[in-house]
Amino acid sequence: MNLEIILFVIFSAIAVVSSVLMVTRRNAIMSALFLILNFGALSGLYLTLHAQFIAVVQVIVYAGAIMVLFLFVIMLLRPADDKGLLEEHPKMKWFAIGIGVFIFLQLAFVILFSSTVGSIVQAPNNIEIGTIQSIGKELYTKYLIPFEAAAFLLLAAAIGAIVLAKKKFN
Amino acid sequence: MDITIQDYLNILPLIIIAAGILISVVIEMYAKNSEKILPWFSIVIFFSAGYYALFTVNSQSVLFSNMIVTGGTANIFFFLFCFGAAIVSLLSIDYLKKAGIYFGEYYILLQSAVLGMMLLANARDLVMIFIGLEQMSIPFYVLAGFNRKKHFSNEAALKYFLLGAFATGFIVFGMGLIYGSVGSMSIDAIMTKFGDVSTNAVFIIGVLLFIIGFSFKIAAFPFHMWVPDVYQGSPTTVTAIMSTGGKAAAFSALFIALSPFFGDVSFNIFKPFLSALAVLSMLFGSIVAIAQTDIKRMLAYSSISHAGYMLIGVTSGLASGTAGVIFYLAAYTFMNLGAFGIVSMLEGENDTNLKIDDYINLGKKNPLIAGLLSIFMFALSGLPPFAGFFGKYYVFISAIESGMTWLAIVGVISSVISVYFYLRLVVLMYFKEGNEGINPTVSNTALLGVVIAALIVILIGLFPGSIIELISTFVI
Repeated sequence: MNLEIILFVIFSAIAVVSSVLMVTRRNAIMSALFLILNFGALSGLYLTLHAQFIAVVQVIVYAGAIMVLFLFVIMLLRPADDKGLLEEHPKMKWFAIGIGVFIFLQLAFVILFSSTVGSIVQAPNNIEIGTIQSIGKELYTKYLIPFEAAAFLLLAAAIGAIVLAKKKFN
Repeated sequence: MDITIQDYLNILPLIIIAAGILISVVIEMYAKNSEKILPWFSIVIFFSAGYYALFTVNSQSVLFSNMIVTGGTANIFFFLFCFGAAIVSLLSIDYLKKAGIYFGEYYILLQSAVLGMMLLANARDLVMIFIGLEQMSIPFYVLAGFNRKKHFSNEAALKYFLLGAFATGFIVFGMGLIYGSVGSMSIDAIMTKFGDVSTNAVFIIGVLLFIIGFSFKIAAFPFHMWVPDVYQGSPTTVTAIMSTGGKAAAFSALFIALSPFFGDVSFNIFKPFLSALAVLSMLFGSIVAIAQTDIKRMLAYSSISHAGYMLIGVTSGLASGTAGVIFYLAAYTFMNLGAFGIVSMLEGENDTNLKIDDYINLGKKNPLIAGLLSIFMFALSGLPPFAGFFGKYYVFISAIESGMTWLAIVGVISSVISVYFYLRLVVLMYFKEGNEGINPTVSNTALLGVVIAALIVILIGLFPGSIIELISTFVI
């Protein structure tokens, strides 16, 4: 058993446990904190996949900036300690369990039984593929058009948010 | 990868709209009366992009690492979206004043939505489909709730947003499964490996989820719940572009995703599912529309049934069916835009004058508007001299060619049912005794837009052969 597998087991165990804890906590702040832990574990998984840049971005952007915003919003809004959604609608629990089992079985089927077409190439086991340089190269050559289109998507979303949230139109 | 000047010339319609968005933002920032400048600026942008797209329809090419295609059907869709949006801009000028939402941002969001539709129509990669879909949907969510003071408008936006996000979830999950089975997001890669994956369960479930997600967007039957409320609650001009451009863009994405299947026996797996969607949408839309008293809701249910007719063409799985659906979309875009345009012209302040009974005696009070509305109603119901008839004709023919005559028969029955509620409006306008009904004040710019739509509907009806020939040359 090499180091990579040991790291994978550790990080994935943290990710699974923290995501379960996240959805079962009653306190929204606790949930958010477990989500941060989950993001941290995920970035560890990215590292084992030679995606060091994505791992760093995951920590800085998601676990850092976005989760701080989340926590601020939760603390500002202070959700009342109401009954959970599942306690009010107990039947929904069974529905949710059914969907969860279905998706789990589907993923298990995909991973274990489905014959991949042989088109999936093993990613080159190379430290180079996760660098900023190679990601930038892909973004600005092969994915140039989606990259530019995503910029306009963000612009449209920003304008939309301003339109809906602006206090007063002149 | 080398990018030449010719590549940029080929995507010039996209560049025009994208530059238009950026310039509009600057105009909105610095100009005092931006809400007066922007509609005309958008019309110029839309018109030039649409005209250029039609002009270069023959220069077909695959560009930017197989991400997008230009020319052919993509450019025909560009033309539809841009001209549709230009007409909507004309309609909006006075409507926005009347509705109390006279703001320049409206046009920026409209341009963004059109950019999204165009990205959907020329996608050659699932990544592009996803980005185009979101680029189209997010401005639509905002535009649906643009009238922030109105409860209905807010409700429409929230409902559309939540269900739209749900549908996007389906689509992305489907894309994930397709990627998992093929190993690539590119349509070309799916085409080359199609022989291996066409019977793979994961691949087929992925495509099925993809179809389900886009059924939300085209408003087909089991996934139509949002349509009546959103179409009713949104500002009428927004409903006009949502129900035409949005639907056409979603259909174009369906064609892109299903294109590897067309002409292959494995398409038979989807036929029962698609034909069930088609039959249920047609009958449900036509029957429920009869009971409506609100004209926007009636047109919403009619839009559901039209999605059903178009799905017949998809179900046939033939090139003639695809060409038929594109023809149908062209006809439907302009007749529905015209109908919604007239509704937006007659609408009073605070959502008044939207009942079907408000249209009583319109033929005496305003013969021009009543005449135009009758043209659109005849066209929507599929009566012969107008565009709608030939749309249905080509779609039904493709169903018969693919050996699904029963589907064409159900389509004809549904059309006969739908004639009732379309013509009821015409009867109310002309053949009702008494003097009740509204006295509309008509906006000139909106009238111009509606007249253009009517002319296009008549032109498509007069020369259906040359148009379907043009479309057929590009559909493989």
